[in-house]
Amino acid sequence: MSSLGGGPPLDEGDLPVAIPEPVDVTDKSRVGTDEWVSQAEERRLARTGVSGAIATTWDRLPAAVRLVILIGPFAIFPFITNEGNLYRYGLITIIYALLALGLNVVVGFAGLLDLGYVAFFGFGAYLYGIMASGHSGHHLQAEIAIPIVVVSTALLGLLLGLTSWRLLGDYLAIVTLFFLQAFVIFVNNANGGLNDFSYPFVGKVDLTGGANGLDQIDPFNLFGYHITTTKGYYYFTLISLTLLMIMLYFVNASRTGRAWRALREDPLAAEVMSVPVNRLKLLAFMFGAATAGFTGSIFGAVQSGAFPGDYDVGLLITIYAIVILGGLGSIGGVVIGALVVNGAPELLRSSTNARFLFYGVLVVALFVAMRPWYKPVVVLLGTIAFGYAVHAIASAVWSRGTEAHIQGGGRLGRALEHWVLLPSHAGSIAGWAYFALIVAALVLTLVTGWWRAIVLIPTLYLASFVWENKLVEQVSGATRLILLGVLLVVIMNVRPSGIFGTSRVEIV
Amino acid sequence: MNWSLFFGELVSGLTLGSIYALIALGYTMVYGILKLLNFAHGDVYMVGAFIGFFVLQWLGGALSPAVNGWIAVAIMFAVAMVGCGALGVGIERFAYRPLRNAPRIAPLISALGVSIFLQNSALLLWGPQFRSYDTFDLIGVKSYSIGNNFFISNIQILTICVSIGLTIVLALVVSRTRTGKAMRATSFDRDAAEMMGISIDRVISFTFFLGSALAAAGGVMFGLVFGQIFSLMGFTAGLKGFTAAVVGGIGSIPGAVLGGFLIGLTEAFATGYLPGGSVYANLYVFALLIVMFLIRPTGLLGSPVIQKV
Repeated sequence: MSSLGGGPPLDEGDLPVAIPEPVDVTDKSRVGTDEWVSQAEERRLARTGVSGAIATTWDRLPAAVRLVILIGPFAIFPFITNEGNLYRYGLITIIYALLALGLNVVVGFAGLLDLGYVAFFGFGAYLYGIMASGHSGHHLQAEIAIPIVVVSTALLGLLLGLTSWRLLGDYLAIVTLFFLQAFVIFVNNANGGLNDFSYPFVGKVDLTGGANGLDQIDPFNLFGYHITTTKGYYYFTLISLTLLMIMLYFVNASRTGRAWRALREDPLAAEVMSVPVNRLKLLAFMFGAATAGFTGSIFGAVQSGAFPGDYDVGLLITIYAIVILGGLGSIGGVVIGALVVNGAPELLRSSTNARFLFYGVLVVALFVAMRPWYKPVVVLLGTIAFGYAVHAIASAVWSRGTEAHIQGGGRLGRALEHWVLLPSHAGSIAGWAYFALIVAALVLTLVTGWWRAIVLIPTLYLASFVWENKLVEQVSGATRLILLGVLLVVIMNVRPSGIFGTSRVEIV
Repeated sequence: MNWSLFFGELVSGLTLGSIYALIALGYTMVYGILKLLNFAHGDVYMVGAFIGFFVLQWLGGALSPAVNGWIAVAIMFAVAMVGCGALGVGIERFAYRPLRNAPRIAPLISALGVSIFLQNSALLLWGPQFRSYDTFDLIGVKSYSIGNNFFISNIQILTICVSIGLTIVLALVVSRTRTGKAMRATSFDRDAAEMMGISIDRVISFTFFLGSALAAAGGVMFGLVFGQIFSLMGFTAGLKGFTAAVVGGIGSIPGAVLGGFLIGLTEAFATGYLPGGSVYANLYVFALLIVMFLIRPTGLLGSPVIQKV
């Protein structure tokens, strides 16, 4: 690069030649367009600040160390917590992580949008239940039942995947979504009742227990050893997760993994390069399905039952949120995604925690998203002042507006009562406020600079108004899914490859 | 043969089919222009049904409407269609437009997010319970008969006629107007159309407006025919609407209508005749979709897809 700078010293007699000025790369205004374009890749890879340093260090660590760092805390978790928390935060998180890993192969590696994924999970649970439960009367040992489950789910995945031979990506999405719907309808009704099918040779059979679910599923009986405690299942799933992660790490680096990525980036180009596109699609589909089926059998045994409501679109969205949050195609990210997506709503279950989380996330997001530092401070102070002003005016002219009280909520709740409007019978007012909040949030994306800060103040106040009067009622139901839906849209708009995923260079 | 059952299923299949056709039109238009599967479309249909319901409440309810029943129905249609059209334009502007050049999977996931957002917002605001349009009280349901076995009600006639009428209007808009020409050009080659001076953004917004308005009309019709609406009705209806669009040949307007009627008739006849049909009708529709994909992936009236590099 030194040749850009000096050049040979000039003699007095020479004709004045235009010597290129040394280019200062940090000064963007003087860098030519060509240099700017050619450095695009470097800029993309350059990571700055604390998060950049962490990311760089993380990437330098050997894979085994990274695995230990990710899994280690899980391994000691049972020693520092009680049974209930171990189930809710530990076991369910790992089950989500297993599911997300399987989905990551289909969506993240191979780029197939499989919206029927949860059906395989349910199929695994039901199939294990049919082979080993008091409901069906068979009691197969787990070391025989689990391989049967895995193989049959893989075959089912093969069948569904066969349709993908002739389908472009989007058609596959709808076929698989319909498949999930068909699965839910089937398990809801296949109880041998009046309206059920009459099968050839055997007649009517109670396969799934219908809407009441298939109960009394046996705990795992592995080579004579019965897993009965939550801790037992916890370690069983944790070991499965670790093995799967190791396996995926090697698969990802293998020929197949590279071929999958080629398929994801550009199926047509991959096919031209003689990558067996159809076979790879099926392989990814089967792999994902088998993982889901395996996880389903664990889930069935843990719950000692399989219930139709567990395998619906809500779970599908949850798993997708995990995969996308963790980054499409990232193995370790999935575990972090599962922790966040499972942990946050569990914390939301108590409305006091939910309130702390809600305001905490708002404030943190504000400081992360807005630069320079004094802007979020101004917005925050502005919002607080705005709230007190609105509250003061409302209590003077609209007595109903401050009548209600926050249930529980501790000190924060009591402080908020003097700040946020709490009308009695808030029903329709809160509905309109919710509508207004959506509009305000959308307007926010259209304005820039200080206007955004100004719009943000009433929007934030509106957000807390809606939260206290409406969202907080259904924290573990509709609110959770609303937030997940918004999360999907926002992440796709901001970072289409997910938070921990590597962003891709589009080559036109 | 039991002719009364046969004609009963035929009429209910045609009625259902005309609703599916309206939903399918929205899918087919959006897919034709953007190559995007708009998952939120079924939920727009649900919002349309609810707007119709609230307009009816605002007019004084089904028992004592402020205006004549038929005028009330017309107002419900108009408000729901305009409202949902605006909703569709908003969804496109904020959830899909920023992703127009992103990898293909990104807008699909964004669409999924919008769908789950709309569905659960409805659940939050309006609850899970069924709401009734009370069509009987609103306009009075009359049944006409031809012979001893063929019965059809005025609501069913209205539904089928409105659906066919709207489709004809849509076909005229697409084939005869300047905007329609721009839409066709955009769907043929977006970049080339842009270079010819067509405002792509405006054309796409207009497409979303039309499609969502048609879905809203379908939602109001569903409310009128079946009386009951609920916040989760969009999901299944959206699936069937898409199935109809695919079976008819995605991108084709007559195909969407044909597919809609085919799906409606399949569902009705499966309910009446096939084993387990009363609970498994949707499974048979799914089977039809799979068979269709295996025999003719481009649908009945679709043109074969040529991949360009």
